[in-house]
Amino acid sequence: MNAPQPMTLKKPPAANTVDRAAGGVNRARWLRNALPGISLVVLLATIFIMQPRAMSYMGMNLMLNLAVPIALATIAQMLIITVNDLDLSLGSFISFVACVAATLLNDHPLLGCLVLLGCIGVYALLGALIHSRRLPAIVVTLGMSFIWVGGAVLLLPAPGGSAPQWLQALVKIKTPVLPFAIVVCVVLAVAVHLFLMRSRFGVVLRGAGGNPLAMAKAGWSLLRIKVTLYALAGGFGVLSGLFLVGLTTSADANMALRYTLLSIAGVILGGGEFTGGRVSPIGAVLGALTLVLAGSLLSFIRISPDWQIGAQGAILILVLALRTAVNRLEVRPV
Amino acid sequence: MTVTQAALVDLKGVGKRFGAVRALNDVDLTFRPGECLGLIGHNGAGKSTLMHILAGTLSADSGTVLMGGADVRNGYSVQVARQHGIRCVFQELSLCPNLTVAENTRLTCPGLRDFGWRRKAGALIVATLDSIFPDHRISPGEVVADLPIAQRQMVEIARAFTCVDEHLALVILDEPTSSLDARVAGQLLHHVRRYVESGGCVVLISHILGEMLATCDRIAVMSDGCVVEVRGASAFTHASLVECMGTVSKPQDQDRVFVSRRDGQPPVVEQLPARQQNGQAVAAWPGEIVGLAGLAGQGQSQLLVQLLRERIASGKRVAMVAGDRQTDGVFSLWSIAENISISSLAALRHGLLIDPQAEQAMAAKWQQRMNIRTPDMNNPILSLSGGNQQKALFARALASDSELILMDDPMRGVDVGTKREVYAIIKEEAARGRTFIWYSTELEELNHCDHIYVFRNGQAVADLPRNELSEAQILRSSFQEEVA
Repeated sequence: MNAPQPMTLKKPPAANTVDRAAGGVNRARWLRNALPGISLVVLLATIFIMQPRAMSYMGMNLMLNLAVPIALATIAQMLIITVNDLDLSLGSFISFVACVAATLLNDHPLLGCLVLLGCIGVYALLGALIHSRRLPAIVVTLGMSFIWVGGAVLLLPAPGGSAPQWLQALVKIKTPVLPFAIVVCVVLAVAVHLFLMRSRFGVVLRGAGGNPLAMAKAGWSLLRIKVTLYALAGGFGVLSGLFLVGLTTSADANMALRYTLLSIAGVILGGGEFTGGRVSPIGAVLGALTLVLAGSLLSFIRISPDWQIGAQGAILILVLALRTAVNRLEVRPV
Repeated sequence: MTVTQAALVDLKGVGKRFGAVRALNDVDLTFRPGECLGLIGHNGAGKSTLMHILAGTLSADSGTVLMGGADVRNGYSVQVARQHGIRCVFQELSLCPNLTVAENTRLTCPGLRDFGWRRKAGALIVATLDSIFPDHRISPGEVVADLPIAQRQMVEIARAFTCVDEHLALVILDEPTSSLDARVAGQLLHHVRRYVESGGCVVLISHILGEMLATCDRIAVMSDGCVVEVRGASAFTHASLVECMGTVSKPQDQDRVFVSRRDGQPPVVEQLPARQQNGQAVAAWPGEIVGLAGLAGQGQSQLLVQLLRERIASGKRVAMVAGDRQTDGVFSLWSIAENISISSLAALRHGLLIDPQAEQAMAAKWQQRMNIRTPDMNNPILSLSGGNQQKALFARALASDSELILMDDPMRGVDVGTKREVYAIIKEEAARGRTFIWYSTELEELNHCDHIYVFRNGQAVADLPRNELSEAQILRSSFQEEVA
C-alpha cells in the first residue's frame, strides 16, 4: 500500500495581500511586545534626567546590582507560568538556597552541591505530583514555602554564614564597557529566549500551556513537560539564590521572601499572561529590571521608604493598565 | 502489504462505557484504503467516542481493534495510532492558540527536528494548505490566536494531511466543515476525493447530508452507541438517511389533548435569537412549555442565557435550571437545604437575617414534593446521587416565585425514573400558569412540550406546535437538507 503523497500544487495566488484587520492585530501585538522595553526606557530616561551621575558604569552597577537574582527568579517563575501554574514558594526557596550556600556549600562543598541538586530534584518531583494528582500548584507551592523557610531557619537560625569566596568573586567580575549585571541579564534573556521561543523543545513546552488537551491528543507526555519545566524553574531558582548570596556575602532565612511577588510581577510586566502559555523571556527580564529601577527612581525623587512599596505598586498598576489597553486594541476587530 | 483491499482497521464488537452510560455498544466497522467512509447520527450516538477510540485518545472496554490482522486493543495509544498512519481532526479544535502555524505543525510532526525546522515546517504546511485550499492567505508565522475560526480549522485540517517521514493511511475528519463557508468546504471535499482516489482512507463525520452523500463511498449510520446501518452512499437518499438515524418512532402520548394556549393574551417571552436573520422570534405564553430542539450547541443555550440576562437586567423574575450541574448548578460545599433556598432568600427573610425555621420548612416541603432521597436535608449536596442533585436544582427554581423557568438540558445523565417524576411536576406547575422554556437534546422530552422551536446555526429554523411534532420533522429541520 502506498502512502498517498500531497497533491501537486496549484499555483498559489500572487502576493498575499495583508488584510487591514491583520495589520491592526499585528500592530497591537508589536505594541504589546514593545511595552516592557518602552516602560524600561522611560524609567531609565527619567532616572538619568533626575540624576545624571547614574548614567555611568559605576552608577549602573550600583543600581542594577540586585537585578540579576531578581531576573533569574523571574525566569524561574515564568517557566512555571508557562504551564498555567504559579509558584508561591519561589522566594522562600531562594532564601533556602542562599542559606545552603552560606553554610553547607562553604564548609562542605560536595554536600552543598548535592543539596542544591536535590533541590532541583524536589522541584521536578513537585511538577510530577502536581500533574499526576491534579493538585492546584498554588496550594502545593504555598505549602512548600513553609518547608523551605523551615529548612532555612534550621540551617541558619540567625542571620550570618558566609558565601564561598569563589562565589563572591564571581558576582563581582568587572566586565569592560557594560556592567556585569547588564551582561548577565542580556545573556540570560537571549539564552532563555532561544531555548523557549525558538527551539523545538520550547515549542512543545509552550504548547502545553496553550492547549494541554491537544498536546495529550497529539501524543506528548504532559507529565514530562511539567517535570522538565519545574526542574528548570528549580535550576534558575538555585542560580538566583547563589547569585544573591554572592552579592550579600551572608544569608538570612527571610532574605528573599519578597522575590515571590516580585517575580510574578516581573513576568506580568514583561507581557506574560497567567494562562494560555503566553510568556516572553526577554520581556520577563525587562520586567524584572523595571521593578528594580522603579525602586531606584523612588529613592532618587526622595520618596520616603515608608511610601516606596506603595509607589512601586502604583507604577505596576500603571504599566498593567497600559497593557490592558493594548490588549483591548488586539481583541477589537478593526 | 500488497493486497490493496485488505482492511486498514477492523473494529469488532467494540464497546465503551462512561460510568453508567453506555456510549458504544458492540460496534463492528471496517475501514478500507481508497475509500471515504461517512459516519452519521444524532448527538450522543457515539460517533465522536468511536473516533476517539480509533485515534487512540480513548481506549475501548471490550471488543477487538484489528490492524494488519493483529489485535492492537491492549496498549493502543495515540503513538500506536500514528505509527499505523492514523490522524484525526477532532471536533473541538486542537491547535495551541499561543503558537504560530508553523510551530503547531511541528507538534504533530516529530520528524521536524533538524536545525531550520521552523522554516521547513512553515514550507510544509503552506504547501499542504495550497494544495487543499488554494488562495487560503495564511502565513506560517501567524499566531493561531490571531486567525479567525475558519482559518484555524483550515490549518488544523492541513496539519492532519502534512507528514514528514511517516506514512499516512487514514484521516478522520470530525465535522470539518462546521466552521467553513460553502466554497472552502467544497475545496476540502474535493481534496478528500482526490486523497481517497490516491489510495488513502478518510472517515468523514458531518451533519450536512448533501455533503455526506456526495463525498462518501459508504455511509454508516449510528444511533444510541450502535452502528444501525452500513450501505453504499448511492443506496441512501436524504429521506432514507434521516429515517435510519431516528430511533424507533414512538407513538405520541395521547393522554393529553393539545390545546394551544396562544390566544389573545400577550406572550410572556418574545425573544429574537442573537443570530436570527428572518425575524422569527421564540415566544412563550403563560402556562406553556416551550421546547428548544435541534443538534447540541446550535444556539439554544445562548438563547436561554440571553433571555436570563435581559430578564434580570429589567428586574423581572426568572429562574434557570442548569444542565451542567458541576459548573453552573450546585454549590458543592453547601447543604441540600441551602442549595434549594438560595433563590428564595427574600421570602425567607426575618428582619435582616434569614429565618432558619422557614428555610427548614421550605427544604422539607420540597424534599417531599420532589421526592429527594436523603435522610437529612442538611447533608451536603454532594452526598446525593446525580439525579437527586438535579432534583434539588429543580426544587431551587420551582421554589422561587419566578413565573418563567428556563431549563438548559437539565436531564443530562439523569435516570429514567427521576425523569418521569420531574416531568410530572413540570406539567403540574405549567398547569398553574408558570411558563417553561426547555432546551433538550433528547427527542422524547419534546413530547412534553406545547411548542417546539428547532435550532440550527444559532437560528430558530422551525416552529412546531405539539400536534405537528414528529421525530422526522425535527431531524429534517436539524440537519441541513440542501447541499451547503
